[in-house]
Amino acid sequence: MTPENLLYNKEHEWVNAEDNNAVIGITDYAQDALGDIVYVDLPQVGQQVKAGEAIGEIESVKSTAELHTPVSGKVVEINQQAIDSPEIVNEKPYDNGWLFKVELSNHSELDDLMKAQAYEKYTKEL
Amino acid sequence: METIFDISRPGAKAYSLPPLDVPGKPIGDLTPASLLRDEAPCLPEVSEGEIARHYTNLSNMNFAIDTTFYPLGSCTMKYNPKVNEAIASLSGFSNIHPYQDESQVQGALKLMYELAQWLAEIGGFKKVSLQPAAGAQGELTGMAMIRAYHKKNGNPRSKVIIPDSAHGTNPATAAMLGYKVVTVPSDELGGVDVRSLEGLLDEEVAAIFLTNPNTLGIFDKNVVKINEMVHSVGALSYCDGANLNAILGKSRPGDMGFDVLQFNLHKTFSTPHGGGGPGSGPVGVNEMLEPFLPVPLIEKDEAVGAYFLNYERPLSIGKMKAFYGNFGVIVKAYCYIRSLGAEGLSHVSDIAVLNANYLKTKLEEAYILPYDVPCMHEFVLSAERQKRQGVKARDIVKRLLDFNIHPPTIYFPLIVDEALMVEPTETESKETLDRFADVMRQIAEEAVENPEVILTAPHNTPVSRLNEAEAARHPRLKWQKD
Amino acid sequence: MDFVPITDQDKNEMLKFLGIKRVDELFDLSIPDEVRMDRSLNLPAGISEHELLRELEGIAKENVSLSDHVSFLGGGVYDHFIPKVVESLISLPEFYSPYTPYQAEVSQGVLQSLFEYQSMVSELTGLEVANASLYDGATSLAEAALLAHDITKKNEVIVSEAVHPEYREVLKNYARGLDITIKTIPLKNGQTDISALEDMVSDDSSCVIIQHPNFFGCLEDMERIGDILDRYPTLFIASIDPLSLGLLKAPASFGVDVVIGEGQSLGNKINFGGPNLGIFACRKDYIRRVPGRLVSSTTDTLGRTGYVLTLQTREQHIRRERATSNITTSEVLNAIAAAIYLSYLGPEGITEVAYQCLQKAHYAHDKLSEISYLEPFSDTPFFKEFAFKSERSVHEINERLFNEGIIGGLNIDRWYGQYPNTVLFCVTEKRTRDEIDRLAAIMEAI
Repeated sequence: MTPENLLYNKEHEWVNAEDNNAVIGITDYAQDALGDIVYVDLPQVGQQVKAGEAIGEIESVKSTAELHTPVSGKVVEINQQAIDSPEIVNEKPYDNGWLFKVELSNHSELDDLMKAQAYEKYTKEL
Repeated sequence: METIFDISRPGAKAYSLPPLDVPGKPIGDLTPASLLRDEAPCLPEVSEGEIARHYTNLSNMNFAIDTTFYPLGSCTMKYNPKVNEAIASLSGFSNIHPYQDESQVQGALKLMYELAQWLAEIGGFKKVSLQPAAGAQGELTGMAMIRAYHKKNGNPRSKVIIPDSAHGTNPATAAMLGYKVVTVPSDELGGVDVRSLEGLLDEEVAAIFLTNPNTLGIFDKNVVKINEMVHSVGALSYCDGANLNAILGKSRPGDMGFDVLQFNLHKTFSTPHGGGGPGSGPVGVNEMLEPFLPVPLIEKDEAVGAYFLNYERPLSIGKMKAFYGNFGVIVKAYCYIRSLGAEGLSHVSDIAVLNANYLKTKLEEAYILPYDVPCMHEFVLSAERQKRQGVKARDIVKRLLDFNIHPPTIYFPLIVDEALMVEPTETESKETLDRFADVMRQIAEEAVENPEVILTAPHNTPVSRLNEAEAARHPRLKWQKD
Repeated sequence: MDFVPITDQDKNEMLKFLGIKRVDELFDLSIPDEVRMDRSLNLPAGISEHELLRELEGIAKENVSLSDHVSFLGGGVYDHFIPKVVESLISLPEFYSPYTPYQAEVSQGVLQSLFEYQSMVSELTGLEVANASLYDGATSLAEAALLAHDITKKNEVIVSEAVHPEYREVLKNYARGLDITIKTIPLKNGQTDISALEDMVSDDSSCVIIQHPNFFGCLEDMERIGDILDRYPTLFIASIDPLSLGLLKAPASFGVDVVIGEGQSLGNKINFGGPNLGIFACRKDYIRRVPGRLVSSTTDTLGRTGYVLTLQTREQHIRRERATSNITTSEVLNAIAAAIYLSYLGPEGITEVAYQCLQKAHYAHDKLSEISYLEPFSDTPFFKEFAFKSERSVHEINERLFNEGIIGGLNIDRWYGQYPNTVLFCVTEKRTRDEIDRLAAIMEAI
């Protein structure tokens, strides 16, 4: 269920790092907990973001959750499809439902993130 | 059902007006052409009979306190006496203008003056303003006064402490006045955790926002101590009066040490809620905050026995809304208190609390009771057990609709998972309570034996479950021609 | 009278079930002694319905009702004709006695009526989004300013002195904790001084608030104001009289971003100034910042059309301290009355009501202009209200009129000290030529 190739944080965000770029989204656990997602507010392309900082928001019908970035850097792309059809985040959280892409400024931050197995263990204990 | 726009046909009309009886001038002579419409607004064209049928049929699609049991926690859905409606629509009340000379509206001013005095007595306060239009505006008025008070003392301060069990209006109100919200956790009995509170109090705290009895329906036994602690750092104490129905004639927030409170006339004092308003949210204050009350205050010139609107209040925060308050609602609350008197009001709380405890005891086996202590006028159950069986609180309430019962408040307070907040009120019979308990127990059984019937509920309402996600993703807020 | 259906026998059974002897024990268990009341509330003893009616009818008679007097008072709430069908329908308990429509499946009547109301407000104002009501015109104006502050992140609000003075006072209160500076544009000939506005507005202004028709009844030069504001990232907020929109252009056509107004005149009684109806409409771009309830149409599991409260994450019960406003209970029943009233009028009726107001107000203005001690306050075009400066005491004039069964105009010097003895008249479609002639004749004779 939890893709092995991704890294995770405690805010239920995943990171797919390749070379200098990292794609970020929310986990299946997070989308399930939120329920039907109706709105995503993403950072601006070009914006500098810092790991751990709240940089957007995800809303379901009756709740809101802050969106954090697990890594620091410059936002280089956002997923317009997630903005136009937020249900994609429910349907394919690890795939077409990705949220934004960051040009990494500090690779060592990746070391602080959990691997799939650790994240699964973490969610089971919640 | 079709909308009023769908049944519109060109040429149909309901209105009638006497013919213009003054000489008409060419409209272009009176109004610059650049300001005039090119064509009439596209409103529905329908006959009066069609209007009557359309809206009567619509009204039949609503649950209402006159048709169904409505144990909506925190909302005090009690019966709205008919006589109060009749009185409020007397032309001497409903057809008077706020800018008439005071001498022409002495009855209205007297009524407001007396109601304010009665509310002050009920709440244990020095003075009451009837101006706020609803509970949330009462909160805003109260917090604005608190801010003005601190500002006058040199520093408006920056923080407001709010329990994690509070109504959402409390933090929203504090934020509207620029305050930072600091959350204090609840203790195991559902009251404010006094030790945590101690750590949060300092000279930057402007106020604490408490609800007592709180949103779990529990009277906070530490209330006096809490208010003393708050006052010891120079902060003030605000009481959200949403739950006053539990303590009429039993205990007074002013005596508990609160500095200010809003009354919800559309809850405790039986004025109908109108499907979401109008309400009325008078504020009561102690001596310290009295100078800051909104203007005008209604006062009595004892020498001549006349009532007047007093604007000469230099420290007043000013106005919270145009004119003097939701007078049409105020009249009904006046009638209610006048009908019941002290004894009647005290009996209201007796039965509100008895009904709640009776229901709680009847339901405590079928559902989890997270705070197992005697309750006041309402109590909170948790559907956690049912959730593990596959049905959530939000499904249970839909099943209740099949039995013609309006559901309890759900998912509030936030500190209880799968919360179901039940407030029966005093105007419900034992038979109604018994039936509700039976239905709730049946649903608990269904959760085990036939969850499908709950998950597909409601089964006989005008519409089935509605796609709220679709509405939020692509809101359609107005009618459009197909 | 206490409306309690629990009999003594019920009570005994319930107490037995709970294992206690007296109801008081429940309070003893919960409320500490130190704050338990040891006396009865000091209130008059309760009375029967018959006594209540007699007593309250007596109090009502101590008020002078506009039903028995001819009124020329306006200034925010108005004496328009209300057809009985409105009163009759909103007196249905299924409309007046539900709570807020949290359970959509059993609230379709309220929700659909609000959807229709929103549609009508959108049509009148020309804006895509209308909410399901706020408290009144004054608080709607304040909420609009907060929305502008939130959207532009600018702290300066510019408001015309021709905006209702009570609205401006409420604005001041709502801006209290938010570091908002309010600047006031002066008057010129009964209108907003546009050249002063031009000097004041800048990139730092969050919004400019104009009332049209303004407090003095005068029409503003909306086109020019719209053109000026086009040059700034500043929201154009207009406070309107909804009935005037039977004749006047939809405010959106002047570039107005947020329209607010008092909706009392749409089928709601005056009620001594409350409850009223806060109208609030805006551009679609601001939809997520709108205060108050919004109703959307959607579909149910069988594909049937239905209505729900939507975008609730804006609201206090979800977003708490980050909500767009703290409002919850608003004025739903008044909004439903407005929808019924506007259906009653239809396109032709609203045009006719506005037309008759305009014509009758001008007839009255012409008549009063002939009175030697009165001088028109301005020569700007107006709608249904207009002001005169008087050389005689307005108080005395009004006393004289009152003796003849007429409630005269509003003395505005309580707010505008610079205009002593200035009186604002309002003439609605309800006033007859005969009533206007009588007003003029009595004043003439003073």
